[in-house]
Amino acid sequence: MPRNIFKTLQQKFSDFILEAYTYRDDAIVVVDRNAIYDICKFLRDDSRMKFDLLMDLAGVDYLGRDPRFEVVYTLYSLKNNNRLRIKVPIDERNPQIQTVSTLWKIADWYEREVWDMYGIRFKGHPDLRRILMYDEFKGHPLRKDYPITKRQPLITAEYTNNSTITPTVELSNKAMDEYVSEEDGLKVKHMFLNMGPSHPAMHGVIKIILELDGERVVSADVGIGYLHRSFEKHSESIYYNGVFPYTDRLNYVSPLINNVGYALTVEKLLDIEVTERCKYIRIIMSEISRIADHLTCIGAMAMELGAMTAFIYFMQAREAMYQLIEEVTGARITISYVRVGGVKADLPERYEKRVGEQLKKVRAEIKQVHKLLTRNRIFVDRVQGVGVVSKEDAISFSFTGPLLRASGVDYDVRKQFPYSNYDKIDFEIPIGKNGDVYDRYLIRMEEMEQSCLIIEQAFEKMPKGAIMVDFEGQEIPAEKMADLGKFGQTKNLLHQVAVTDPTLLGSNKPYHDMVYAPDKRVSLPSKEKTYGSIEGLMNHFMLIMDGYGIRPPRGEAYFAVEGANGELGFYIVSDGTDKAHRVRCRPPCFAFVAGFGKMIEGAQVADIVPAFGSINMIAGELDR
Amino acid sequence: MGLRSIFGGDNLVTTKLDQAIGWARKYSLFPYPFVTACCGMEYMAVSSAHYDLDRFGAAFPRFSPRQADMLMCVGTISQKIAPILRRVYDQMCEPKYVVAFGVCTCTGGFYDDYSTVIGIDTIMPVDVYIPGCPPRPETVIQGLMLLQEKIQNQKHEY
Ligand code: SF4
Repeated sequence: MPRNIFKTLQQKFSDFILEAYTYRDDAIVVVDRNAIYDICKFLRDDSRMKFDLLMDLAGVDYLGRDPRFEVVYTLYSLKNNNRLRIKVPIDERNPQIQTVSTLWKIADWYEREVWDMYGIRFKGHPDLRRILMYDEFKGHPLRKDYPITKRQPLITAEYTNNSTITPTVELSNKAMDEYVSEEDGLKVKHMFLNMGPSHPAMHGVIKIILELDGERVVSADVGIGYLHRSFEKHSESIYYNGVFPYTDRLNYVSPLINNVGYALTVEKLLDIEVTERCKYIRIIMSEISRIADHLTCIGAMAMELGAMTAFIYFMQAREAMYQLIEEVTGARITISYVRVGGVKADLPERYEKRVGEQLKKVRAEIKQVHKLLTRNRIFVDRVQGVGVVSKEDAISFSFTGPLLRASGVDYDVRKQFPYSNYDKIDFEIPIGKNGDVYDRYLIRMEEMEQSCLIIEQAFEKMPKGAIMVDFEGQEIPAEKMADLGKFGQTKNLLHQVAVTDPTLLGSNKPYHDMVYAPDKRVSLPSKEKTYGSIEGLMNHFMLIMDGYGIRPPRGEAYFAVEGANGELGFYIVSDGTDKAHRVRCRPPCFAFVAGFGKMIEGAQVADIVPAFGSINMIAGELDR
Repeated sequence: MGLRSIFGGDNLVTTKLDQAIGWARKYSLFPYPFVTACCGMEYMAVSSAHYDLDRFGAAFPRFSPRQADMLMCVGTISQKIAPILRRVYDQMCEPKYVVAFGVCTCTGGFYDDYSTVIGIDTIMPVDVYIPGCPPRPETVIQGLMLLQEKIQNQKHEY
């Protein structure tokens, strides 16, 4: 398949295709920047290609190389179900490239981000201004020569000590300004209203400047970046396994899915496969997270519409999910459970039974909420026909996940690009047709039920783990084993078993082999091997020491998983060292928020709240 | 400082009055949740049924700074949002208390980079720091009780 694409492109744009190759099954084309618009237009419109979604658009900085920058486009075709990556080298002296924002609506925001982070200009972009950083910010933070800790505070010490002076920054408030325009010969007064960032329905981190004609929204400008925490820069300055805690905080409602997504991307770079049991553990944990995420989304949306009861019920159910997560990972939210090549530790004993009990609770709560909301007149009136996004718009804005499916497009990464044994599990993807808030609500409700089914099947299919294995050998406490090892008394240590909790990091041999890939390049050896044999010790050393660690070969990979909000993709460029050269996260709700202005155009002010609740904006992954 | 000077400094009447006002104030805290990030998930958990902040008289969120007396600052504060947080603080009426919820607000914590603020005490005074990333609901409840203790033992203005 990639070959056909390459051939067609080479025939049509022979002068502009610099290179075309595949790496780790990704089709990659390097093109000249002068032709990017034409190539993209061709790829989008040609009936054989039909790359109708612009999944991602990112910049990369190769400091010291000429040309220094690169803009990377990831396209996806719904018709052919394939991805294509286009890379465009851009030199430093004239960092400019043609915009594609007329082809895909989402490109508008993506390009603003690249401008903000790398200072690459997009010719013909309608409104190229900063998106994540503030206007006063100088420089472009993701460039390799911008130091990570160089702050440019808006609030100075002078201001802190003396609260009577007015802030030096103008908060770009157009609030309450009125202006008059002519419509059909009539004078119309429009009002500007600031909604957020400190607004209960905006979750604290979104600003919408509304242009209102009475109660009707004429236009809306959405401002983001209030929770920018430079995930990408951090990930590029820390070793591979050290990134997991940062991924937890992307979509903090379902952190396990982020963990899995990142791990799978690095594994793709390394070209390794994890054990069967580990795959199922990843599925189970992802689905538990998905349930927690949907519960939060619907609960919060219902609360904002005044249905406090539903919120309380769902928080109760989410608590059950958090307990399950805590039993495995030791934490409720920031879990850092997955590792490159495995998971941190095995499931605890009798976990299946516990999960069964908790799922029963969740199902009961879901049933309750169905009774409370699904046919409730007040609720239905406020959500039906509200926040409608047509199929075309949803595709043009690169919606994925529940929002895309609510608009009637059948796309789910778990089905289209199955990973981690999702293809061995039987489940259904609910599809809506109206693309309104009500459909999104129904889809999320149904997905929770499907997730429950997936978890149950995964437990059935999972190869039995160490918990069932009756192992021989003497047991000694792990800390004693460590002491013996330090004194060189390693005789027989290899044949003994360290007593640790199966859910603790570096757990003992029988558990360890079940959840870690046997690949020495990525998996920490078990305690017995580390302390009992020189190979184990060396292996441990090589993975832990600074400058060694996990070192994928030079190359790059894009991998996506189905996050609770849709396609959560990671694009990682490795330069062969123990730190990634570039980590790009494709956050699903970035697209939703980009399309939000369009979604509420023409709606009433009161409709903004349910519409916003339904897109499940999670600031951590939106602003990263 | 009206009444206090009439009674002539710290004597039996004023200390008893302080105690009485402290007792009343500590059980009627109206929080303003300034929720930005992951800690918000735990804030949700503490304020709903399972952990129930209502038992401490501090569950009813006021989304107008004018009506609130406890600013719960939950989640990472970036440089971009700092002026807004400060403005919310300035808009609150005295007496006001600030709770830093999570290490991000205490010290900047996990995120040490160009876009985050190194602890909200660089932009405004803080009464109670609740560490944890995110703090467990139990920790939050303890933090709240510490704040109540502080209010109880404070000199009040009347
Ligand atoms: S303290 Fe931790 S959990 Fe809380 S906002 Fe900061 S990173 Fe998130």
